[in-house]
Amino acid sequence: MREISYSEAIREAMSQTMKKDQDVFIMGEDIGVYGGAFGLTSGMIEEFGPERVRITPISEAAISGCAVGAAMTGMRPILEIQFSDFIMIALDNIVNQAAKNRYMFGGKAKVPVVVRLPAGSGAGFAAQHSQSLEAWMTHVPGLKVVQPSNAYDAKGLMKAAIKDDNPVLFYEHKLLYPVKGEVPEEDYEIPLGKADIKKEGKDITIVATAIMVNKALEAAAELEKEGISVEVVDPRTLVPLDTETILESVKKTSRVLVVYEAVKRSGYGAEIASMIAESDAFDYLDAPIRRLGGVETPIPYNPELEKAAVPQVNDIIEECRKLMNK
Amino acid sequence: MSNLIQVKNSSFSPEKLKTMLYDMMLIRSFEETLKKLYQQGKIHGTMHLCIGQEATAVGACVPLTNEDKITSTHRGHGHSIAKGTDVKKMMAELLGKETGTCKGKGGSMHIADLDVGNLGANGIVAAGLPLGTGAALTSKMKNLGYVVLCFFGDGASNEGAFHESLNLASVWKLPVIFFCENNLYGMSGSIKEMTNIENIADRGAAYGIPSETINGNEILTVVEATERAVERARNGEGPTLIEAHTYRWEGHSRSDARKYRTREEEKEWKIQRDPIDLFKQQLIKENILSEEEYLQLEKKVQDIMNEAVEFAENSKAPGLETLTTDIYA
Repeated sequence: MREISYSEAIREAMSQTMKKDQDVFIMGEDIGVYGGAFGLTSGMIEEFGPERVRITPISEAAISGCAVGAAMTGMRPILEIQFSDFIMIALDNIVNQAAKNRYMFGGKAKVPVVVRLPAGSGAGFAAQHSQSLEAWMTHVPGLKVVQPSNAYDAKGLMKAAIKDDNPVLFYEHKLLYPVKGEVPEEDYEIPLGKADIKKEGKDITIVATAIMVNKALEAAAELEKEGISVEVVDPRTLVPLDTETILESVKKTSRVLVVYEAVKRSGYGAEIASMIAESDAFDYLDAPIRRLGGVETPIPYNPELEKAAVPQVNDIIEECRKLMNK
Repeated sequence: MSNLIQVKNSSFSPEKLKTMLYDMMLIRSFEETLKKLYQQGKIHGTMHLCIGQEATAVGACVPLTNEDKITSTHRGHGHSIAKGTDVKKMMAELLGKETGTCKGKGGSMHIADLDVGNLGANGIVAAGLPLGTGAALTSKMKNLGYVVLCFFGDGASNEGAFHESLNLASVWKLPVIFFCENNLYGMSGSIKEMTNIENIADRGAAYGIPSETINGNEILTVVEATERAVERARNGEGPTLIEAHTYRWEGHSRSDARKYRTREEEKEWKIQRDPIDLFKQQLIKENILSEEEYLQLEKKVQDIMNEAVEFAENSKAPGLETLTTDIYA
């Protein structure tokens, strides 16, 4: 099958949907001839014109509210926030408006907006351009949160996100943008709330999110050589969360490691670990649930420090060995 | 400040003029009723009353059609009534009932009624401006022809969302009217202490937006200024900023002892600049309304209010099963 990158997959999902549905449009900073800070929208303004690929002023507080207001009145905007870190300036519109309008208005409004958020560390952008704050968003009822780990999922999840009648926060990991994978040209959707087992195994379940899925797969390949069989589960969407797939896997393997790039303290992995601990899968556990998350520090600039701030393949291998008492 | 516009020079029929008066009376009566219900412990939480500001709410909505939209504020009862939201349902909402505008889940600060173009009151200062800008973008992109009027207060003009929205609406030439009800205080903060310019309308120039400052207690002045802005918006000429001077007679919310302003100031606004009394006297003076007709209007308003309270009190509370409904579409 044809291979394209994660960023091309996202663009293809947006473009295919925009061709079919006139209500879908994209807005954001520098998304015109510049193509967006990460080149995601390259060629889109040429194809769809400036009305539907709308370059905005650097005004996150206005453009986020504008997207929400447009969504409430019949459009289906995709808002690119240049770096997910800038969402702090847009949060009122996402948390106080988009997430709550339907509920506050007694079920009368719907807010079909997709907010695209390039996130994560590893690119040398330091503390204000490298965070992984997706857990903040998962705390807010009314929002959906998506975190694809490969090109195939990114395309299918983006299609589902645009079709969804709720505000969807779509977290894209910057380091995944150039990573290629097999992606069909035709239209397909991956429903929000459906986890995927990226690799089957029998000794340990690793529940990993975003780029940590890729690192977990690398770790699993190494551990295989030592006779440790790892199953890698990718929730793909944090809200809604497919608890069933995770719990089935845990029951099968009896050991679980949760891996995420965000700061370990209060990261979404804490929610996954609690969910497992409260479930009937707890009785199946042969070892305490373990979590591997980012160090409790802002992301530093120096490349060695930056690497040390978030889980790496060797850390995952080490944790798995501990879980197996090796 | 403009001079009082002669009623006979306006383009409105006597019936329309009386409707404007009636709508203002309905808003005031609604809020006076809320005060009583609050004192009786029947209203939960707090609320922000707009008594004294009826001319801006009604006047700004007169030039709007049912398809046009508004965004409102925490002080939004008047805007909702002026835009055509049913007072019975609003009363039920204030009492937290399932028959309320928002099924009892929004309350005073979140009354919205999309069917009449009311995109919602808002508990966050200045939040209606970007939302309204977005609604105006829909109108433009889908060529729907409607305009959006965003109500906000003087306090909101110091929020980033105000400045960013004016700029965005201006560069995209969106059909939106930014309507500032300058009631002199943002909660306790006097606009004179919080802003170092004479008129909030002066800020329009910074974004290439025409603007004007008007007397917000003269309803026909409000109507005419809004008509001009609506016409510009409909003609594709972009946004307008209107600053209307007015005054809230009550405190900011139910807990406000009003220590930051004098009783003399309040008295002056209440006695000399009551928007309802001003318009009533004007209509009587120009033989459009008789005292008798005025009393009839008063009775009609009172009957509607009694009916609304009865409806609200007899309505059921929302069932506990609705706690988690309508979170997601």
